[in-house]
Amino acid sequence: MGLRRIAFALVVLGIVVWAVFPFAWAIVTSLKAGSALFTVEAWPSQPSLANYAAIFKEQPFGRNILNSLMAASAVVALSLGLAVLAAYALGRVRFRGRGLLLFVVLGVSMFPQVAVLSGLFELVRWLGLYNRIGSLVLSYLIFTLPFTVWVLTTFMRELPKELEEAAMVDGAGPFVIVTRVFLPLMGPALAATGLLAFIAAWNEFLFALTFTLTDDARTVPVAIALMSGASQYELPWGQIMAASVVVTVPLIGLVLLFQRRIVSGLTAGAVKG
Amino acid sequence: MSGLPHSSLERQRRRAAWLFLLPMLVVLAGVAGWPLFRTVFFSFTDATLATLDGFQGVGLDNYLWLVRDPVWWRAVWNTLVFTVVSVGIETALGLGIALILNAHLPGRGLLRAAVLIPWAIPTVVSAQMWGWMFHDLYGVVNAILMGLGLIAEPRAWTADPDLALPVVIAVDVWKSTPFMALLILAALQMLPRDLYEAARVDGVHPVKVFVRITLPLIRPALMVAVLFRTLDALRVFDLMYVLTGNSRSTMSMSVYARQYLIDFQDVGYGSAAATLLVLVLAAATVLAVTLGRVRVDAGR
Repeated sequence: MGLRRIAFALVVLGIVVWAVFPFAWAIVTSLKAGSALFTVEAWPSQPSLANYAAIFKEQPFGRNILNSLMAASAVVALSLGLAVLAAYALGRVRFRGRGLLLFVVLGVSMFPQVAVLSGLFELVRWLGLYNRIGSLVLSYLIFTLPFTVWVLTTFMRELPKELEEAAMVDGAGPFVIVTRVFLPLMGPALAATGLLAFIAAWNEFLFALTFTLTDDARTVPVAIALMSGASQYELPWGQIMAASVVVTVPLIGLVLLFQRRIVSGLTAGAVKG
Repeated sequence: MSGLPHSSLERQRRRAAWLFLLPMLVVLAGVAGWPLFRTVFFSFTDATLATLDGFQGVGLDNYLWLVRDPVWWRAVWNTLVFTVVSVGIETALGLGIALILNAHLPGRGLLRAAVLIPWAIPTVVSAQMWGWMFHDLYGVVNAILMGLGLIAEPRAWTADPDLALPVVIAVDVWKSTPFMALLILAALQMLPRDLYEAARVDGVHPVKVFVRITLPLIRPALMVAVLFRTLDALRVFDLMYVLTGNSRSTMSMSVYARQYLIDFQDVGYGSAAATLLVLVLAAATVLAVTLGRVRVDAGR
């Protein structure tokens, strides 16, 4: 029995190391300046924050973070607003075609993004949004909207029927029921759904890569992917790792803080046996 | 809602429902429906990025070129290998991690927090992190493997055509296994406890319990998770693009389509590739729903 426990503990330890090591290594690398980068050592002999200073001075990384924040916040606010109304209709009202609509919504979220790229490019150019944040808000709706509608629909369905009936007896119409009766109850669900949609928008790469051109208009993932140094052949790995750490630490913090909610939000959307 | 009589009230609710759905439907039609239609439309033309409004129909020419391009077939092959191998490994590993997390043992809080980290890290960031670890000259992977005496000389992990795709798969496994584990864990936690009590009292071997009770019960949820991951893997773009660029040895269908659409500005040809990708995804879904009997319904 003792041997089995030890073997089991070793397996768990192995998984933890496998999950955590790459990020830990990124932190170590980000603290190595100059030629220290090119020696493999577990902890830099002279840790330095030079890489962190450089991404904000030599690269427009502050601006990139701002772009990502604005695009993700706008698309989450828009999606939640549209989704709350739609979720009421899909979750609480019986009407013909409801099943089909839910299926279409799910289908859109499964779309390969490259399949809408040329059509969206035309649309973005026509609206004059190329190289602007608006193009990202527009394109991100493709995945944030179906996701928020789907999750909020499953949540709306669980709310007690009596609440709605009582409000109806008092003469409340559907809009009042959604905004005054249900919305106040949905705080946790909106927070969890919004957070997941925010992360998805924050991480998006293909649209951001395609619809922005200049360094200043880039979002965080594009900036990290395309960061270049003094010469074309020399990637600034220290700076890339510093930028990675800067944007990942808040995400990991949020995820660990909300881990229970996130797990239930993910499963509400995906697993329905 | 069945308790309500068929009344003007119910009619009013139904009218309101459509009114509430309208904004969402208009937006989805605008950002998804219309662009998809345009992509399919462009695939039958010679449109380029510079001349999006002046083009001519070319019939099936783009598709005929496409099926004769060995690079396209390489991209199809890469995508299928990537999907089958990575989703397979992720399912097996995810199942293992979920079982460990579900067995109320010390250290499971730490384990759950740890596996959430790869999930929280943006794909681009994980690609860069692993790209640095797999660096041919200064990478820690080469250093460790050489220190252990497993390889004699440093490998060019992302440049070697034989190693690049396995590297991409390894990074995806690292990044996506947590998602799989969490979905499976949620299914495990919904299983009735008394079944296991009964099995334990009868002295059934744990492996038999897993195969005979656990697996059949979580099968529906497992199939949904596999389908979601499969559809996600078939459209993979970020990982390949960041780790290996437009290299042919790892190029996926999405990378191929985007290269023609944007880099070569050949919208007609790129749209044909993108359209075929949609068909592949649709086929995979139909296959899963019919053969795997996956039921994805929120309509209850």
